[in-house]
Amino acid sequence: MPVTGQSETHEHVVSPGSYVAVFLALLVLTATTTAVAFVDLGPWNTVVALVIAFIKAALVVLIFMHIRWSSRMMKLVIVGGLFWLLILMGLTFSDFASRGWLPIYN
Amino acid sequence: MADARGAGVVHAADGPRELQHHFDSMAQQKDASSLGMWLFLVTEILFFGGLFTAYTIYRWMYSAGFADASRHMDVRLGTINTAVLICSSLTMAMAVHSAARGRRRPLMGFLAATMVLGAAFLGIKAREYAEHIENHLFPGAGFHYAGPHGRPAELFFSLYFAMTGLHALHMIVGFGLLTVLLVQARKGRYGTGWSTPVEMTGLYWHFVDIVWIFLFPLLYLIGRHAH
Repeated sequence: MPVTGQSETHEHVVSPGSYVAVFLALLVLTATTTAVAFVDLGPWNTVVALVIAFIKAALVVLIFMHIRWSSRMMKLVIVGGLFWLLILMGLTFSDFASRGWLPIYN
Repeated sequence: MADARGAGVVHAADGPRELQHHFDSMAQQKDASSLGMWLFLVTEILFFGGLFTAYTIYRWMYSAGFADASRHMDVRLGTINTAVLICSSLTMAMAVHSAARGRRRPLMGFLAATMVLGAAFLGIKAREYAEHIENHLFPGAGFHYAGPHGRPAELFFSLYFAMTGLHALHMIVGFGLLTVLLVQARKGRYGTGWSTPVEMTGLYWHFVDIVWIFLFPLLYLIGRHAH
């Protein structure tokens, strides 16, 4: 049933139509990522798979989890969390990648 | 006024039944709930993030072995399960929507549908696990893998079982939360004034969906194309 225009107090009500649109987009992206995996793109296979995964995750966070309509503080908390994830991964990878640079580890 | 309701819970003197005394308004209470839930989800991101970091390092070290081991995954079942989980996210979003609009019957229907889809996901996953174990792909003494990539493949399957197992555990917890919501919804507990538990469980459920969105391509789809 479509939203008839009445609004909740300080609440953004997302119409079921938006949910169904996101749902269909997620299914199409899933089919795409599976299909692309069977085509040899060299190192780009992983890149394409991750880009599609991030697009899917962003759709879920923004629409299903209502972050598009959330306060700036809530958005900051999420960006902060992702920043910490970047520290976790970035510093681990840079350590791992640079181990051969010093003769002491060889 | 002597009031017996809500034993063990102190309510604001005036205001809705669900308003705790340390909040000024329902809106403020709801914001606090959302913030707390998101902070919890951030810790979950880092929790799974550690496993994704380990996966990346080992895939970097043994890319050929990981691609080879990944070919033992059933892409058909993996794709079906991804679709099942996406469907469950839609029904969960609709449950949150129904709760906020005070529609009790649709809320119960969507919660039940989410549970059925969650159970279907776990059932398919269990079938996959059974097949792996039958093929001696469970890491440990019984692990057997033909070809030159035995050790890296065991590493791949260790990460596979750890990551999908932890994900499945989250699904089981989510199923439990949905059971509580369904019982409460049946009693008419959620309506236009207050449906925060439905919304918070929704955030959790969608988060678990997002974890799978990354697990699926990283575990099932590497090394699919012929070299």
